[in-house]
Amino acid sequence: MRDVAIIGVKNTKFGELWERSLRDIVVEAGIGAIQDADVSGKEIDTLYIGNMSGGRFIEQEHIGALIADYSGLSKNLHVPATRVEAACASGGLALRQAIMAVASGYSDIVVAAGAEKMTDVGSEEASSALAAAADREWEGMAGATFPGLYAMIARLHMHRYGTTSEQLAEVAVKNHKNGHLNPIAQYKNLITVDQVLNSIMVADPLHIFDCSPITDGASALVLAPADVAHKYTDTPIYIRATAQASDTIALHDRRDITTLDATVVAAERAYSMAKLRPEDIDLVEVHDCFTIAEICAIEDLGFAEKGKGGIVTANGETAIGGRIPVNTSGGLKACGHPVGATGIKQAVEIVTQLRGEAGKRQVEGAEYGMTHNVGGSGATAVVHIFSRER
Amino acid sequence: MSSVPRFWRNLGSRYNLEGTRCNECGENFYPPRNVCVNCRRVGQIEPYKFKGTGEIISYTLIHTAAEGFEGQAPYTLAIIQLDEGPRLTSQVVGSPEKIHIGMRVRSVFRKLGEDGERGMIYYGTKFVPENA
Repeated sequence: MRDVAIIGVKNTKFGELWERSLRDIVVEAGIGAIQDADVSGKEIDTLYIGNMSGGRFIEQEHIGALIADYSGLSKNLHVPATRVEAACASGGLALRQAIMAVASGYSDIVVAAGAEKMTDVGSEEASSALAAAADREWEGMAGATFPGLYAMIARLHMHRYGTTSEQLAEVAVKNHKNGHLNPIAQYKNLITVDQVLNSIMVADPLHIFDCSPITDGASALVLAPADVAHKYTDTPIYIRATAQASDTIALHDRRDITTLDATVVAAERAYSMAKLRPEDIDLVEVHDCFTIAEICAIEDLGFAEKGKGGIVTANGETAIGGRIPVNTSGGLKACGHPVGATGIKQAVEIVTQLRGEAGKRQVEGAEYGMTHNVGGSGATAVVHIFSRER
Repeated sequence: MSSVPRFWRNLGSRYNLEGTRCNECGENFYPPRNVCVNCRRVGQIEPYKFKGTGEIISYTLIHTAAEGFEGQAPYTLAIIQLDEGPRLTSQVVGSPEKIHIGMRVRSVFRKLGEDGERGMIYYGTKFVPENA
């Protein structure tokens, strides 16, 4: 297998982009990443795109072909394009497919993109589309919503470990503070613990400010074999590990509902592949679709003891300048969560940080970064580790 | 909520808590599974009916309802462990403030929802406090 590097990155603005379509935002991200990498269309061997639910959000399937076409890669170049779906982990899996394509030697220059256009439907329909990431027949038909499932994780975490609503709120406060420093973030406003606790209840104990928003956005990466990466860029960032794991589709069937075993196993596989330990990682982008999800993630990835995620967060250990900065982009909570794009956006943030180009939110001297992308309530987890030096 | 056949084909499970059991390892499954998660291809799956008693593992009071459940909000949703082992997701009927982790519950036959004024009415299983 060959070592793989990322040579180009681009995010669009994240938010409610009323004037722009799915194809508009993917093309902006894709062309931006290609320009960043300084590669030409003719050099691109293949394209992977993470997209959860074009069918529900814009009544469009066959997303791979659509994107290749409007990126100018179809009519003359006939570049193969594959859409990858694993609910909210679609982007992370698109990156993983792209890495495997380059590592295997099957392809050289590969684009991994992710996109979701969520605001062309109303919020009720968007919520219903998102609920399809859970078990429709045995969770959805009982009245489960996504916030409801994570609320049950939060309730048991609080009961068993003493985690508090204030500690959950600290996750949102910290991520808004980071989003405030990120030009593409959907929410740049600062919030307080009181504002979170006084926001409306969605599914007890989760308030609306414990939840990530509905977002339009696209992100793209260009990958190349590490041996030739310096031909394209002075600052290639290297893939040290790609790992994925599955768990039961329904939350109720898990071994323990306060632990995402898929995250634990994917992280173990990633650390083993990279020959690294949690203390070697300088920053991490985790899947904070809800505040409790970030608390579970930092525990399950090995950055906090089980049950201590809330305390660690309230102590400031996960803030920029803390022991292990988490979600410097603002995370899903403040940067926004265009579901298919999120896994790619996480990688764009880590690459930007490892290049030393993150501006006011820069983690000084960052050598190793990690991304953690989850599908559903934890049925799919994808973990990647990146490094500045090969 | 769903298409008629999609709901109808599982009526036995939805009305009467019919699941399955693996006679090879003895694990019980609800919702029913046709492949045992422990024994896989050497499993011996057969139908199994659950008594309908168990306890609450975790719960939430849902204020922003799922599609088709709008008229019921706020409603309590819980993960319940049946006495025979498996866990399921279901609504719990009764005062939300009395519900707690570890609470004993039993199954009851209830209306789940309906597809508008002229559509299908869905019935199925919810849970109530065991002594209610």
